Amino acid sequence: MKILYFAWLRSAIGMPEETINLPEGVRSLHQLIEWQKGRGPAFEKAFADMDTIRIAVNQEYITDDITLTGNEEIAFFPPVTGG
Amino acid sequence: MITVQREVFDTGAEIRKMTADRTDIGAVVSFTGLVRDFNEGKGVQALTLEHYPGMTEKQLAKIEEEANRRWRLQGSLIIHRYGRMEVSEPIVLVVTASAHRGDAFAAAEFLMDWLKTQAPFWKLEEDPDGSTDWVSERQSDLEAANKWQQSD
Repeated sequence: MKILYFAWLRSAIGMPEETINLPEGVRSLHQLIEWQKGRGPAFEKAFADMDTIRIAVNQEYITDDITLTGNEEIAFFPPVTGG
Repeated sequence: MITVQREVFDTGAEIRKMTADRTDIGAVVSFTGLVRDFNEGKGVQALTLEHYPGMTEKQLAKIEEEANRRWRLQGSLIIHRYGRMEVSEPIVLVVTASAHRGDAFAAAEFLMDWLKTQAPFWKLEEDPDGSTDWVSERQSDLEAANKWQQSD
């Protein structure tokens, strides 16, 4: 799956995107977030407060937990500030 | 119509394009958002807008579709820029056209209120001393967007 990061999340994590295989034991979005938190200090800090993060799966906003197949494009980003 | 571009746009030219050869348009409303030299009490010398290519266009198209569902519009246009822009440069343009002013006014306000909370853009602010900060979400923008949901 492709994972994208934008704005301060991109700076905090140090990359705009990455392609990964669905990690072992991860079958849902919620599990993916927990897995992200365990990837080191930068990830742990960036994902510490999920109220400051918005999530899009295949370019649609997602607020509930969903099942992942591993073929998704998942984006993590702060609340939008355009206009 | 939706356009996401780096280049500056010309509001007058866009309005003329929308109304050319049309005899059914009685009202055109436009909103242009500009880079101003202050935010939250601090000086601003430039903004850099980051966006999510693909999702941006998708979300803007959805918002435009919703406006056309709610109001009788003869035309609608959203142009949103990305990249670095300096003070007084335009960031965003919304144009709506209708037979009578009510629909065009309401739809233009709705488009702006919704795109501010839905379209995946982020502003990086540059202070006069050159330091940068990501702009935070504003409560007033959330409230402005919410009022359209309640009146639904």
